[in-house]
Amino acid sequence: MTETIIIKDRNIDLLRLASEISGEVITLCEQCGICTTSCPMAEDMDITPASIMRYTQLGDEFVLETRAIWYCASCFSCTVRCPRGIDLAKVAEALRQIKLRKNQDYLKIDELKEEAEELPAIALVSAMRKYTG
Amino acid sequence: MSEEKMITVYIMGKAYQVPFGLTIMKAMEYAGYRFIRGSGCRAGFCGACATVYRKKGEYKFRTALACQTTAEDGMYLAQLPFVPANRKEYNINELDPEKNVLSEYYPEINRCVSCNTCTKACPQELDVMYYIQAAIRGDYRQVSELSFDCIQCGLCTARCPAEITHYHVAQLARRIYGKYQLKVPEHLEKRLKEIEEGKFDEEIERLKNMSIDELKSAYVQRDIEKIPRGEVSDE
Amino acid sequence: MDIELVEIPKWNCCGAVSSLTADDVMHHVAPIRNLIRVIEMNEEGLVNDEKRLIVFCSMCFNVLRRSNKRVKEDPKFLETINSFMDEERDYDGSVKVMHFLEILRDIGFYKVKERVKKPLKGLKVSAYYGCTLLRPRGVGIDDPEAPSIMEKFIESLGAEVVDNPYKSLCCGSYHTVGGNKELVAERAYKIINAARERGADLIITSCPLCAFNLDNRQELTKKIHPDFEHMPVLYFTQLMALAMGMESETGFDGNYIDPRPLLRERGFLEG
Ligand code: SF4
Ligand code: SF4
Ligand code: FES
Repeated sequence: MTETIIIKDRNIDLLRLASEISGEVITLCEQCGICTTSCPMAEDMDITPASIMRYTQLGDEFVLETRAIWYCASCFSCTVRCPRGIDLAKVAEALRQIKLRKNQDYLKIDELKEEAEELPAIALVSAMRKYTG
Repeated sequence: MSEEKMITVYIMGKAYQVPFGLTIMKAMEYAGYRFIRGSGCRAGFCGACATVYRKKGEYKFRTALACQTTAEDGMYLAQLPFVPANRKEYNINELDPEKNVLSEYYPEINRCVSCNTCTKACPQELDVMYYIQAAIRGDYRQVSELSFDCIQCGLCTARCPAEITHYHVAQLARRIYGKYQLKVPEHLEKRLKEIEEGKFDEEIERLKNMSIDELKSAYVQRDIEKIPRGEVSDE
Repeated sequence: MDIELVEIPKWNCCGAVSSLTADDVMHHVAPIRNLIRVIEMNEEGLVNDEKRLIVFCSMCFNVLRRSNKRVKEDPKFLETINSFMDEERDYDGSVKVMHFLEILRDIGFYKVKERVKKPLKGLKVSAYYGCTLLRPRGVGIDDPEAPSIMEKFIESLGAEVVDNPYKSLCCGSYHTVGGNKELVAERAYKIINAARERGADLIITSCPLCAFNLDNRQELTKKIHPDFEHMPVLYFTQLMALAMGMESETGFDGNYIDPRPLLRERGFLEG
């Protein structure tokens, strides 16, 4: 069975934007899946890291609505193993930034309340850098 | 009047001729503006007159107190009568100073990127960035000491890319420090006791009965009691 | 150990996570500002011709080293940062960012061994590296796939090394904030259980966030998995202080799972 994928200008835009922000050559990905097998978060993601790459290659904006781009913890497990030398952590960061730069935060910091006084600064600072724009 | 040197300032984009040597506040008033908000003490203490400006040919976006800064030729001026800032409600008696209360009420402090813009904006020349850094660590004492001279003008808050409301954070820190960590100075306790015991009742009665003029001269002739430095310190 | 550490006056938070995008300058300002302080310390005579910045926290280390590397490789980028911080002297890329464990390795772990007053004989310790001490390659301080520096550290204190296949599995990091704490608690479950199965008494780590996640989040882990057994998680310097006989410096009060009962039982702590 064949599936036809129609690539529109809009799709190219997302690929181009993600490539520019990440500085990575996203089209190099050959879908080997080593990132997925290396990823400690993959089991809890809605799509796998390799799929993040694939959707981004196709410029499918669906990727921006996935949980996976936020569950990526920038642990660089995939980064050290990708046979194509792609830094997927950077691609995920770019996708998050595309949302954050549009003022779409992942974390509502006003809702943290008491939690915030128990957490160490290192947790709060890193979460705010990753989850808020 | 005619020999007076005049300069040109631009108030919200429109050029005005004003005499040289006026403060920004007076220059604006000379040009016909009336301060309904944005002015208070006219002496650099109340923080009401936050102003932003650029000088001719400069990229720098400058900040100042309008009542304390001399208008210069070619200045582009705008008043900032109010900075919207979220002040949280809390009951000071119910806070736990062992925890980072500042992060609880103002978690956005953790968004600071150390750009130092706040410090550069502060007309009181406070180390605003470092008091925010100390706030992230929950160091109430350092925040209090570094922010002691804050007059809550809000300029830091207007400039911060991390959307922090510095002066409210600092105020909460000083309150916690004052309530829970700073020792009550001996001389204050002593004086409070004296007041309670009625030591000054007679004198207050006397003041109450004075006429305005008598009061004025008494004020001018008043004696300022010197407190030995050591007694004020908290440790 | 003949090392004198001088604290940076007025350091600022580095940001904890490195900004990974190609076009973001702002988030590199914080780390570079700290590096400028190091140069100033030299100019002001606080240190003498010493450009090594020693970092204890793995995350700070990673951020500082990455930003330093970035500005060294990209002079234009450095120029932008320098011109942004127009109130500071320029940064020139001359500071060397090092993790404390690297310094120990340079000096030689045998030197650490010489200083040990109370060898932790028989104590079974599992190293947890996490992410930022090792990855990415070129930033980390050891082989990202087969690290050994913490094991050497443990051995130098006289303790016994227990290997853990999950020693560099991410603990979930900043997911500990907000609605995804279970992700962290589950990873703590995996990591701690693997250490226990191999006989470990406790885990050490060099990252304060890993320490928080593996230690404090055990409360949640226990809630999710009632069969879970707690295990103390120490910051690596706590173990070092213990072995060097500096009990008053161990700071065990701050640990969520108190290691003292275990350490007393094994005779490493009095009373
Ligand atoms: S700290 Fe902020 S509010 Fe306080 S005086 Fe300085 S600029 Fe104004
Ligand atoms: S302006 Fe805001 S982000 Fe910049 S140093 Fe000050 S508090 Fe931090
Ligand atoms: S009017 Fe009060 S500080 Fe300027």
